[in-house]
Amino acid sequence: MSAILQGAGAGAAAALSPFNSIDSNKVVAPSRSSLSVRCKRYIVAGSDDGTNQSFGSSSLVARRSQPLMIPNAVSTTKADTAASSTSSKSGHELLLFEALQEGLEEEMDRDPHVCVMGEDVGHYGGSYKVTKGLADKFGDLRVLDTPICENAFTGMGIGAAMTGLRPVIEGMNMGFLLLAFNQISNNCGMLHYTSGGQFTIPVVIRGPGGVGRQLGAEHSQRLESYFQSIPGIQMVACSTPYNAKGLMKAAIRSENPVILFEHVLLYNLKESIPDEEYICNLEEAEMVRPGEHITILTYSRMRYHVMQAAKTLVNKGYDPEVIDIRSLKPFDLHTIGNSVKKTHRVLIVEECMRTGGIGASLTAAINENFHDYLDAPVMCLSSQDVPTPYAGTLEEWTVVQPAQIVTAVEQLCQ
Amino acid sequence: MALSRLSSRSNGIARPFSAAFNRFISTDTTPITIETSLPFTAHLCDPPSRSVESSSQELLDFFRTMALMRRMEIAADSLYKAKLIRGFCHLYDGQEAVAIGMEAAITKKDAIITAYRDHCIFLGRGGSLHEVFSELMGRQAGCSKGKGGSMHFYKKDSSFYGGHGIVGAQVPLGCGIAFAQKYNKEEAVTFALYGDGAANQGQLFEALNISALWDLPAILVCENNHYGMGTAEWRAAKSPSYYKRGDYVPGLKVDGMDAFAVKQACKFAKDHALEKGPIILEMDTYRYHGHSMSDPGSTYRTRDEISGVRQERDPIERIKKLVLSHDLATEKELKDMEKEIRKEVDDAIAKAKDCPMPEPSELFTNVYVKGFGTESFGPDRKEVKAALP
Repeated sequence: MSAILQGAGAGAAAALSPFNSIDSNKVVAPSRSSLSVRCKRYIVAGSDDGTNQSFGSSSLVARRSQPLMIPNAVSTTKADTAASSTSSKSGHELLLFEALQEGLEEEMDRDPHVCVMGEDVGHYGGSYKVTKGLADKFGDLRVLDTPICENAFTGMGIGAAMTGLRPVIEGMNMGFLLLAFNQISNNCGMLHYTSGGQFTIPVVIRGPGGVGRQLGAEHSQRLESYFQSIPGIQMVACSTPYNAKGLMKAAIRSENPVILFEHVLLYNLKESIPDEEYICNLEEAEMVRPGEHITILTYSRMRYHVMQAAKTLVNKGYDPEVIDIRSLKPFDLHTIGNSVKKTHRVLIVEECMRTGGIGASLTAAINENFHDYLDAPVMCLSSQDVPTPYAGTLEEWTVVQPAQIVTAVEQLCQ
Repeated sequence: MALSRLSSRSNGIARPFSAAFNRFISTDTTPITIETSLPFTAHLCDPPSRSVESSSQELLDFFRTMALMRRMEIAADSLYKAKLIRGFCHLYDGQEAVAIGMEAAITKKDAIITAYRDHCIFLGRGGSLHEVFSELMGRQAGCSKGKGGSMHFYKKDSSFYGGHGIVGAQVPLGCGIAFAQKYNKEEAVTFALYGDGAANQGQLFEALNISALWDLPAILVCENNHYGMGTAEWRAAKSPSYYKRGDYVPGLKVDGMDAFAVKQACKFAKDHALEKGPIILEMDTYRYHGHSMSDPGSTYRTRDEISGVRQERDPIERIKKLVLSHDLATEKELKDMEKEIRKEVDDAIAKAKDCPMPEPSELFTNVYVKGFGTESFGPDRKEVKAALP
């Protein structure tokens, strides 16, 4: 699988100067445009293809024999298995947490520098079973059970990364990582810059977040909004087994610190994923359902609420284009821009709070960059600015429900 | 070890110098045994002996490097007052013995990580005066390309991991480095330095717990200068015996103004850490300046106290007395050495002043590591606003 990655200087193609005027007809990074696959097609690399050194392409699915171009690789509009996997006949079915585990295990096999640290990841197998079986296979030094001290073990992971190890730090619940905020913000995000490039911090910080089933306010937090301002980190959110495995692998291989947001309610999603090795591009959005009337941008669990609403909308005669943005920092404005230019209407559906959430940043970004293409103001549906209540009915009202999405689309498309 | 340090100077000190003082800096490795001024106090371990093996070369070396460090810090003081150094500037004068003694006991494979009082440790690890002053003045030639500043000095090739502004946050990082050293099976240790103020941080105890649990080669060094900015140690800590605060982790209290005691303690600690796991060293030291340049340093302590310490415990004076008593140099020669050092520092400052500021494009470099096509300037990637088919 050497075609896929690990090129040392491979991504460093163009020397970009941010002060060049950006000619909208000219792509700044030439090597990427040559492969400019964006969500509509996959370029499939043959196993010895040395030319695919640029990583700007979307998910590379390496086939050993014939190369295959798959137009509109996003298949159906099925709400539960909106699979962006290819129509591969071989494949195996698994749940999302198993996909994460598979990705993690493959990367640990591949690179002895990868280690996992977190609470109960080792002997217990992980509170969501993502690290199940890894301690038996790799030993206690590579799958480390830490005591309950997020600040310290996140710091230790970052310190280890400074020397060249590639730790995967698990927060049992994303909310606990607030205790490690100093380490994540100051050391993880900034050390590469303040050391003048001497140190790289190839950590992956992952964990489940989001509103679950009556878990209470403190265990239902959406940390992506708190972390989004930190310079130097990348944030991705997975939503299907396919992209979970792909993003996990890409995050581990990335030289930058990556925060991988999983969702407590999505761990048991079942999907069939390819047998061959693949990774997903960290900075790319996923086209879930192409359409013409309106662009709906979403990520993580809200994707499923959107797809459910999409069924209703299709019955009512609308044709929504659904994009799972996946990359929360940086936004994939290329995919999003293409979509906006086509549909001229944008609805953002997110689970973050109204104030200062990912949707707020995305609204600002779209307004700034694509204002001329919009026929209606960007609408953003987010969770209410309240601590998540325990009572089931109240909890339901804090997050965006499919009915609200349908109403919003109808309103925008008038 | 002192010999190799001398011959492989990357800080460019020796060359203009050795010509005039050849008879000192040449190969005189006749061993000298020095007694530390105070015995070590130990917690849960046996203290090392008070007799330290040294050589005349090492003695002169200590004097020279400490005088250089002292001169550098005083020069930084003047530069700050002249507004060439801005922001925060935390000076290390008075504490030089800790940096020097530690360097003498370890190799460049052993890692050191410290907080923001890092100029002298950077120098000890092999940094050059030019890099120091350029970084302090925010120039291109600085060790962090001018983007870090006083609190962010790093030197990866000598395993110096900085340079951290947030009090106490470097200790978990240091334990992580020790973890990596154990993971990679390097026979090396990590010295994580912190102050008496940081000793009350929770993350220290968290990291210490993990280090003891996993037997990591981590050595936590408390540079106890008795004041956490303006708060005296007895007002901040219920138990100011920082070497005992590890509880189940052994500790050693060391006279931090005696470079040889520091050297002995660090050697002892390295052997201990490689074999048995973490250990805490408390260096009883003192800083003459205030906490930083914005702090006069006299509102919470008396001038008599400062001058008292300077008279009785000054580390450079101690080495000077040893040099003179062992007849390794005359007063005049040492004075000339100091004059040379002064000139060297002034030259480095002049050279740094001539160095240009970083290019504007440097604002955006090193935010991310290039690879996987990432070159981002924020949540929206302006360069993606590019060609649409």
